[in-house]
Amino acid sequence: MEHQEIVHRCFRCGYCKFTEDYHDINCPPYLKFGLDTYAAGGRMWLINAWLNHGIETSKHYAEILYLCNTCGNCKEHCVFTFKDDLLNIFEAAKAELVEKGLIPPAVKDYLQGIVANGNPYKEPQNKRGRWAEGTDIQTFSDQEFLFYVGDAGSYDEPGKKMALSVGSLLSKGGLSIGILGSKEKCDGNDVKALGETGLFAKLAEENIRLFKEIGVKNIITLDPHAFNVFTKEYPKLGGKFKAWHYTQVLAMLVKDKKIPLSGYNAKVTYQDPCYLGRHNDIYNPPREILKAIPGLVFSEMKRNRKNSLCCGGGGGNFMTDVSGLGKDSSSRIRIREALETGAEILAVVCPICYKMLDDAVKEEGVEEKIKVQDIAEIVHQAIRS
Amino acid sequence: MYTLRFDENLCATCQTVDCRVKCQFIKMERETGHKEMMKIVRGEDSSVLQDCKTCYGCEEYCPRGNHPFYLITERREEKGILTASRAITNQWINMCEPQGKYKVGEIKEKALSCCFIGELRRFARGKLFEDLRSSYILGPEFFCEVVYLHFAKPSIIKKRLPKVIENIKQLGVKQLICMHDECYGSFTSLAPAYGMEVPFEPIHYFEYLFEKLTDVKGEIRPLKIRAAYQRPCSSRLSSDKHHFAEKIFDLIGVEMVKREYQGENALCCGEVLRMVAGYEVANEVQKKNIDDMVLSEAEYCVFNCPYCEMALSEKVTKRGIKPIHIIDLCKMAIGEK
Amino acid sequence: MGVDKMTDIYKSLVEIVGEEHVSNRKEELYFYARDPGLMPAHEPDYVVAPETPEEIQEIVMLANKEKIPIVPMGAGMALTGLIIPLKGGIVIDMKRMRKILEVNEKARYAVVEGGTSQGALKAYLDRNYPNLRHSIPDAPPTVTIAANVAIHGQGRLTQQYGFNSDMVSGLEVVLPTGEIAKIGSCSMSPSWFSKGPTLPDLSGLFLGWLGTTGIITKVGIKLYPRKKMRDVEIFVTDREDLIPEILFRLTHTEMLEDMTAWFQAKPIIFQGNHHVTLYITGDTDEELEFKRKMVWDSLKEFRDSKDGGFMWILPAMKPTFLDMPQRSITTFADVKKGGGFEYSGPIALIEKYPVLARKLVELGTKFKVAYSGMARVIGRSHAMMFGIAFTFNRADPDMMERVRKALHEGITFAFDQGGIPWKPTVEEQKMAMERMDPNTLKLMKMIKENLDPNGIMNPGNWKVN
Repeated sequence: MEHQEIVHRCFRCGYCKFTEDYHDINCPPYLKFGLDTYAAGGRMWLINAWLNHGIETSKHYAEILYLCNTCGNCKEHCVFTFKDDLLNIFEAAKAELVEKGLIPPAVKDYLQGIVANGNPYKEPQNKRGRWAEGTDIQTFSDQEFLFYVGDAGSYDEPGKKMALSVGSLLSKGGLSIGILGSKEKCDGNDVKALGETGLFAKLAEENIRLFKEIGVKNIITLDPHAFNVFTKEYPKLGGKFKAWHYTQVLAMLVKDKKIPLSGYNAKVTYQDPCYLGRHNDIYNPPREILKAIPGLVFSEMKRNRKNSLCCGGGGGNFMTDVSGLGKDSSSRIRIREALETGAEILAVVCPICYKMLDDAVKEEGVEEKIKVQDIAEIVHQAIRS
Repeated sequence: MYTLRFDENLCATCQTVDCRVKCQFIKMERETGHKEMMKIVRGEDSSVLQDCKTCYGCEEYCPRGNHPFYLITERREEKGILTASRAITNQWINMCEPQGKYKVGEIKEKALSCCFIGELRRFARGKLFEDLRSSYILGPEFFCEVVYLHFAKPSIIKKRLPKVIENIKQLGVKQLICMHDECYGSFTSLAPAYGMEVPFEPIHYFEYLFEKLTDVKGEIRPLKIRAAYQRPCSSRLSSDKHHFAEKIFDLIGVEMVKREYQGENALCCGEVLRMVAGYEVANEVQKKNIDDMVLSEAEYCVFNCPYCEMALSEKVTKRGIKPIHIIDLCKMAIGEK
Repeated sequence: MGVDKMTDIYKSLVEIVGEEHVSNRKEELYFYARDPGLMPAHEPDYVVAPETPEEIQEIVMLANKEKIPIVPMGAGMALTGLIIPLKGGIVIDMKRMRKILEVNEKARYAVVEGGTSQGALKAYLDRNYPNLRHSIPDAPPTVTIAANVAIHGQGRLTQQYGFNSDMVSGLEVVLPTGEIAKIGSCSMSPSWFSKGPTLPDLSGLFLGWLGTTGIITKVGIKLYPRKKMRDVEIFVTDREDLIPEILFRLTHTEMLEDMTAWFQAKPIIFQGNHHVTLYITGDTDEELEFKRKMVWDSLKEFRDSKDGGFMWILPAMKPTFLDMPQRSITTFADVKKGGGFEYSGPIALIEKYPVLARKLVELGTKFKVAYSGMARVIGRSHAMMFGIAFTFNRADPDMMERVRKALHEGITFAFDQGGIPWKPTVEEQKMAMERMDPNTLKLMKMIKENLDPNGIMNPGNWKVN
């Protein structure tokens, strides 16, 4: 297994579980179950045991590996020199299971959906662009930017809402964008995180071929997960495109006054998504956007920036997570934390965060107190009022 | 075997005894000074061997280049007189021992010496260093060894410095730009004093900076600031290059404030004093130095040596003076960050 | 145990804590069978992570009924195998109980749960009571306050105030027979200002017993003034025989926050020397510099004779020393790229430092293992914890065996020098009991038997014959 030589070096000291200042636990599966096996140290020791036949493959072993959200808190806070390889190790361990076909059924479903329809929602490929019907958003032909929407943005309710608000805002800002519509396929970021390296490579190659064919040079993504894979992995496979997350572009448009903001009196806090924040060190653009809106009162949650608490949806988990939304799920904890700031709106910039946190608001029964909105929706409000 | 080249007669016939009279730490007039120096020359005990604070000053004061400080250091070791404690002395001897961990870039005939100080490599960026950045040496194998004068261990210098010179020679370096003032002093003062041949041309980085700045004169925007210059102890070994400090300042529009402790009367940064002579002396020297900077209304304190910088940055900041290394100052003047 | 019985016990545990927080699956059993030290593994039958003292109470009553062992655990970083379930049974992972219940600023105490971590308390005080601090150890911040006091751990304030267990201000415990008892002033007052005095001090029934007399579900911990500034000095000498006198003089000043003496062969900058790291704190520059002066003056004799001197700590090095907890202590585990680190820390008179130091160097050479020696001063030189530490590669069983041997020889020597064990392995416990006054042993036996008649609490530990 790749990185095999590192696995035994874990000291199971637990730094990986915490925020930087140790004030709270920041690993979603560990928060939920409270058993050490679900934290990074536990996973490392179990993978080591599995490699040395101390334990055998089992349903529970697979569960433990696949419950990891790949949020990156562990690699942020581990004190050892191999910290940067932690997620790679977990991925490699999952790849071993994929090879043996010993993955949880929900994960199998997820992957099969993508093979069959190019998305894990079991929706047909040809319905992919439907969210844009009735809007001015065009199919990509030779516009300056490809607006890459992704699976959640194409099929999931909150995701589609986001795609609409972001798409229309980018156009309003004067950008020339086009979408792939029914030609669009899964970007593969989470497929890779789930250890299905073969499927990932196939998806990436197909996407790269298509992008090149139709002359894509610049990509704006809705989803930080896509942003991550386009900037980090696609170049290794020959796909060198310039990619931005929509908040980076939006921040520039707001700064250059391309989008007129009259104001919006709201108390807002912000969820740093893992694949924009910890994975790619992008923390400022969303904040710049919010702070530029007159009347908007912005406050930070206790855990922010590189200490942000993952919504629990990463690593394919928002579709494959079997454990439901108990009170110890990170998404519900996050809503409680957002309420502590006095905010009425929890701003998100990732369709997965959107779904997870929106569901959590309902589970917590606090719909009257706080709502989840993506930043583009908030900006729309600021233009209207 | 390397021995210190000094001429007994030069000391015996000296009229001014500047080495003792000008010493900032031991108050002595000419007659007593001469007596004590002759004791040292003859290998006898002298209070100077106990009280010298290793500021390197008398290397500069001596008008005859007779290396009074190197002599004091030799005698100290001969007599087993330590400056700092044994444990600290050994720590520094161990710390800089070559262990095969060094870095060498793509060496051309002209190369940068970053001594043993990583920070100096970080400084070597931007326009002023663009041709030379990749041609560098860094590590204990290229260490100037001068610090062992502070610890009265010339034996370490005699053992390691020839190897350092050999290492540099083997790389084919013809001109070595010494980013550490002390390295320049090592190759131009210390090595020759011991009869060590230096088969390359050492260039003081001040001189290099001055030339480079002159080349890009058009891009200089005068900084219009008042700055105190912190002259390092090692500058005493290369007083012929000291004037470049002021020349650089003039070129980039920085006023070197006139103050008491400058030039020949400069005060060392004090941290080695702390190891060698205790906290009272160190604190007193540092206070005098910084009070002087404050009195002269300096906005900045400009450093030459990274160790001076480590010693005094926090302390000058507390008194409202901004610390900056001269290389960063030059970069500021040409609009680089 | 019959399968039916096991299913029953499992079902009962699920009913008590909820399915998510129980496991009898291979993976949990594997993980909780071991710690990152050297002691051999032994699997439990169940692992549970309760959330309330009442849940623990129910588990204890179940255990008594079924005569099944219980092993409470914090983070498991004592490294001496104290949380390894020697006779199987139920491991109770306390870390879900991690709240901070109360901070009484003026009385300077905090009340936390049985699984609250050192890191959480530090962060909470940093944010909400910046003028208060607690005695934090250098172990990873996940370690729990309750476990630390239960094994008589030490921390940053030990040189001033004694063992961390001396700083306890009250306990709530679940007794081995299932009752929940309050220990100290909290047994009759709403305030947790004393762990015993002036009532009969019952805290002694639970501190130092390695989990054999009950489970701590709440602990009151004393807090101390926290000054705005903190600085570090390191005094270095090449003569270990001078260390006891140096420490004596330094403690006389009463100016120090914390003080440790340490030595190690690598990296080369430390070779051949003994270092005394000392910390001073102050609210003003004046206070800090005054303390620094007192400290320097107290060692004038050694400085004048050149037998020792203060090191120049370069600005880049300082953050490592000022880190709380010190991360470099944890990263020592990976020196051999093997994630392994174990130490024995006998408590002894400071005058034994020189012989113990020489012994450690001897052991390092004899067994060809990388060592690190450290002494933490306890109180005003009343004693020291002398840490005999070795780092090993977990993938190298021969190295691990050599480390075991080195530790055994080291601790035997320490006992010969009049030391007592700290958080002893089962073997060290036996060695200690062999040397102990028989009437003391009898007393220990009597207490254990009465508190834990069914012998379910961490059996195999403090096993008095």
